[in-house]
Amino acid sequence: MTKPVMSVEIAGIKMRNPVMTASGTFGYGEEFAGYMDLESIGAMITKGLSLKPKAGNNTPRIVETPGGMLNAIGLQNVGIDAFIAKKLPFLRRVNTPVIVNLYGNSLEEYGELAARIDGLPEIAGVEVNISYPNVKQGGIVFGTDPGAASQVVSLVRSNTSKPLIVKLSPNVTDIVVMAKACVDAGAEALSLINTLTGMAIDLQKRRPVLANITGGLSGPAIKPVALRMVWQVARAVKVPLIGIGGVMNATDALEFILAGATAVQIGTANFLTPAASQQIAAEMEQWLVDNRVGDVKELIGALKS
Amino acid sequence: MQFQSQVLTNTEVSPGYYRMRMTAPPALVESEAGQFVMVKISSAIDPLLRRPFGIYDMGSFATPYSDSGRQTFIEILYKVVGRGTGMLADLHQGDHLDIIAPLGKGFDFGEAGEEKILVGGGVGLAPLYLLAKELVKSHKVRLFAGGRSKEDVLCITEFERLGVETYVATDDGTLGDRGLVTQVMMKHLASGGAPKRLYACGPFPMLRAVAGIAEEMRVPCQVSLEAYMACGMGACLGCVVKGVNHSAETPDFRCVCKDGPVFESTDLSWE
Ligand SMILES: Cc1cc2nc3c(=O)[nH]c(=O)nc-3n(C[C@H](O)[C@H](O)[C@H](O)COP(=O)(O)OP(=O)(O)OC[C@H]3O[C@@H](n4cnc5c(N)ncnc54)[C@H](O)[C@@H]3O)c2cc1C
Ligand SMILES: Cc1cc2nc3c(=O)[nH]c(=O)nc-3n(C[C@H](O)[C@H](O)[C@H](O)COP(=O)(O)O)c2cc1C
Ligand code: FES
Repeated sequence: MTKPVMSVEIAGIKMRNPVMTASGTFGYGEEFAGYMDLESIGAMITKGLSLKPKAGNNTPRIVETPGGMLNAIGLQNVGIDAFIAKKLPFLRRVNTPVIVNLYGNSLEEYGELAARIDGLPEIAGVEVNISYPNVKQGGIVFGTDPGAASQVVSLVRSNTSKPLIVKLSPNVTDIVVMAKACVDAGAEALSLINTLTGMAIDLQKRRPVLANITGGLSGPAIKPVALRMVWQVARAVKVPLIGIGGVMNATDALEFILAGATAVQIGTANFLTPAASQQIAAEMEQWLVDNRVGDVKELIGALKS
Repeated sequence: MQFQSQVLTNTEVSPGYYRMRMTAPPALVESEAGQFVMVKISSAIDPLLRRPFGIYDMGSFATPYSDSGRQTFIEILYKVVGRGTGMLADLHQGDHLDIIAPLGKGFDFGEAGEEKILVGGGVGLAPLYLLAKELVKSHKVRLFAGGRSKEDVLCITEFERLGVETYVATDDGTLGDRGLVTQVMMKHLASGGAPKRLYACGPFPMLRAVAGIAEEMRVPCQVSLEAYMACGMGACLGCVVKGVNHSAETPDFRCVCKDGPVFESTDLSWE
């Protein structure tokens, strides 16, 4: 059998395969260069970038929980300007699309961030993070209010012509309402899900384990929730979806694609195996060969019911 | 690098403390004292994250089973504190582990001929053994080892065999002097000339005390820190510690995994 077709396209971003690395779990790409071939995956997404450098939260910032981990990093990042000056030159030499994950403390900041990257040819697209559960400014959490989310997306849309992906928070009553609001405001693709807010307690100390008290749950523990949300949203909107949440191997990745995702992102798995994304892409291809599927796109939303 | 390793030995050296020797690729003998390994204890999702351990020792031995005729090994010295280390203690010769190593920045040896002081608290002695092994080649080395009780003072004879002069302090006086290791160290340093360099690994309060002593004596001091880690390679930003310039307005966080685990004591805020 000839090699199966693995390439997919998201909002005009052409990827050699459907495997991307999730924001905040892959550093700025450089950290992983010694462990894997960065040109073996579909796309890389940067750590969430804000207008000004951000210090992040106090420690402990992470703790393992059954089948997953909680993190409350607090969006520590170098800021958009230092990213462009210090991190982008390395990424420019890698022949894999780079998508920047943007986080604003206010509506205006989202707008300014979008304008800042608009002219940079080495950036393939934008993933707008409206879902960060650890940082709140003025009480607005854009990711849980369809009206506020819509405003952010419209403003970003008007400030950049780059392909626009919006990353959704699972910490909402109805994910479909949020998905529709973002698509109506101009999102060309949706990433879901970000981490689920949770907490861990140290009984002996009678204290929360994380300095921030609550944190975002990621890893295998959240996969069933993420699959369900991808499936629900796939039935409600027309734009391509990127499935995220506990993808540890090719089986997980292909399940997301059956549920309706065009691509997947690998998060926590990068911490366990730095080359996880490369391995998952290779295993997916092998699965297609073994199961005589000629093109991965045949599986998108192909769930029988 | 990431590699598959086999357990060679796994021995309880004191109640609740184990020393494990495992196979490693030849390149691992280039590891520096103070660097660490990230161990995936089970291939299943529990425990999910790798666990970090300092490199206690490394070397190679003759074997007919390898092309080069030699097998490289690394050793860790660990305390059972929870699920992961509990599972590690149950492993036997021939069991498999997935390891990423060597990681982080190691110790700086300083100039030859200077006197060096090592201070270890409990299992914090682990990375100091490999350091001592290097230092004794061209320096006079003294070790101050502390622990709660005599069971918590590990592998002292190993250090003595290297020719290191050792002093022990325990909280309950069951071995060596009674009291804090830093107090015992002060007593001995008061007599005799000042050392040229301090190295410490152990609980944070002990490290802070050693850093304070170093500052008073105006000698350089390197400390090896611990932090809760997810990736061990600078990607998750979970393991940070406050640097000397840290304040709410001018944040200065450093990654223990990548900027450390060994730091100059003057580079940290000690808050
Ligand atoms: C660079 C580095 C080097 C280390 N070297 C050694 C060593 O040589 N020997 C040794 O015995 N231990 C060492 N540690 C600590 C060791 O990693 C932890 O004891 C281990 O991860 C605990 O795993 P667990 O699953 O048994 O504990 P868990 O069940 O996860 O937790 C049990 C308890 O241990 C604490 N703990 C968990 N992870 C860490 C951690 N990374 N650092 C400190 N405390 C932790 C938890 O807060 C909790 O109180 C090192 C840590 C670091 C960061
Ligand atoms: C340590 C850590 C940091 C993260 N930082 C970000 C971030 O900056 N921006 C963002 O949109 N998502 C961030 N995430 C969420 C991930 O991108 C991903 O959505 C989530 O971890 C679920 O996927 P997983 O189960 O494969 O890890 C972070 C996750 C982790 C574990
Ligand atoms: S452990 Fe992930 S950055 Fe240090």
